[in-house]
Amino acid sequence: MAGSNPNAKPMNLTLKVWRQKNRNTQGGIVDYQVKDISPDMSFLEMLDVLNEDLLRKGEEPVAFDHDCREGICGSCNLFINGRAHGPEAGTTTCQLHMRKFSDGDTITIEPWRAAAFPVNKDLSVDRSAFDRIIQAGGYVSVNTGGTPDANEIPIPKEIADRAFEAATCIGCGACVASCKNASAMLFVSAKVSQLALLPQGHVERKTRVENMVAQMDKEGFGACTNIGSCAAECPVGISLENIAILNHEFLAAKATSNNLA
Amino acid sequence: MSWISKTFSSSIGRKIIMAVTGLFLCSFLVVHLVGNLQLFKADNGVAFNAYSEFMGHNPLIRALEIVLVLGFGFHIYEGLALAAKNRAARGGQGYVSDHIEQNSSWHSRSMAMLGSIVLFFLVVHLYNFFGSLRFTDVPRDANGNEDAYTLVLEAFKNPLYVVLYVVAQFALLYHLLHGFSSAFQTLGLTHRKYTPAIKLVGYAFSIIVCAAFAAMPVYFYFFK
Ligand code: HEM
Ligand code: SF4
Ligand code: FES
Repeated sequence: MAGSNPNAKPMNLTLKVWRQKNRNTQGGIVDYQVKDISPDMSFLEMLDVLNEDLLRKGEEPVAFDHDCREGICGSCNLFINGRAHGPEAGTTTCQLHMRKFSDGDTITIEPWRAAAFPVNKDLSVDRSAFDRIIQAGGYVSVNTGGTPDANEIPIPKEIADRAFEAATCIGCGACVASCKNASAMLFVSAKVSQLALLPQGHVERKTRVENMVAQMDKEGFGACTNIGSCAAECPVGISLENIAILNHEFLAAKATSNNLA
Repeated sequence: MSWISKTFSSSIGRKIIMAVTGLFLCSFLVVHLVGNLQLFKADNGVAFNAYSEFMGHNPLIRALEIVLVLGFGFHIYEGLALAAKNRAARGGQGYVSDHIEQNSSWHSRSMAMLGSIVLFFLVVHLYNFFGSLRFTDVPRDANGNEDAYTLVLEAFKNPLYVVLYVVAQFALLYHLLHGFSSAFQTLGLTHRKYTPAIKLVGYAFSIIVCAAFAAMPVYFYFFK
């Protein structure tokens, strides 16, 4: 392999993988052995090796979500050895490398757990609750027309930077998976503060936070107790400051919006 | 539902009730502590009994007592109800391997358990002193005040009470080590200039208040 370390010794690992046929059946942990895993492989490539092995044996491959494999889409959600996206801070599962493990290790791999994230199959969970929260208000309405000038709306650099930081949320759900309360507040707060900071977001500022929080509650996510597991496990480092902004935006909207219902 | 009840039945609204009542209870702790420090006065309870008599009969204090009961009531009810809701949100199937201790502190995850210990203590504590003073005829001291001091003296001859009171203060300590600054976060009051100071004040507050309360039963048991 190009760029690989010639001294890196291939590893043999024991995997304890959550297997579950579908939403309505009980799942359980199944043990597998994988051999000759290169330390340069990503975690998902290691699972590809396992699946090829299973296919050769005529067994059902392990279902897991993935798409971009470069840390930007937020699909690759695995709970690895008791941590969302594994032991490495600031990484998605697809960016986690096997060199973080050692020959002979046992690795437990489970799906995200939360009442609002039902398991579809094996390690693949249904995160459409996040989509419905975004649909409830995580957008700005823009009238069509001529192309606006790029610098028409002045935004101070500091504000633009903070909004951009919040915008880096990839919607992976590690925050929910790690939280003792299965709270989605970090995810919701990232979108709410991103759009509250920017002038484009001000039109729907109050209805946005009211509707997104209402949808978040409806989906059955828990209430934040400021434990901080979410921010510690977030692969892009969304900070708890956003949750304070969300709380503040919510209170201000409830106190001053024209919505009486 | 009106917008007000909708606000305070939402997850954030309920958290705001927790934070406001929690900080209100912190202010109660200050008042309660300052009054009780008179137990350490070497006057065999003269000042403490006068204070206790005042607290028991002043109409303004009696009115505030109702606010205090409501504060505790909402805090306890919402605290336990939110804990149950949060457990349900986690879903039935837990993780086979969970290393949550690597990303958060023990006491921040144990607020309901720590609060429940404080609640148990609260019931015993009300029975020990408040119940006797309010609902029975307590002997009076030389100044004609109800002799609350002797009640304290007698109660803390019992080592079981001493242990319970000290353990409860440890529970309260850890409850507040997380709770004090957490309440500011809940209310959206964070700022890179002030949040470090709020954390520091929270730690100092928790340690000083709980240590001073815990010192009372220990002092009476060993030195009186
Ligand atoms: C003098 C006694 C008490 C004080 C000063 C106090 C103070 C606080 C404070 C400041 C918070 C943080 C609120 C927030 O995070 O926004 C809190 C949270 C909490 N308290 Fe108390 N508390 C007391 C007694 C109790 C009792 C008796 C219970 C009974 C179960 C309790 C249960 C809880 C729970 C479950 C939380 C976490 C709730 C959450 O963050 O959503 N507390 N408390
Ligand atoms: S806040 Fe972080 S952990 Fe949560 S969904 Fe966004 S990127 Fe993932
Ligand atoms: S597969 Fe897209 S972030 Fe990992």
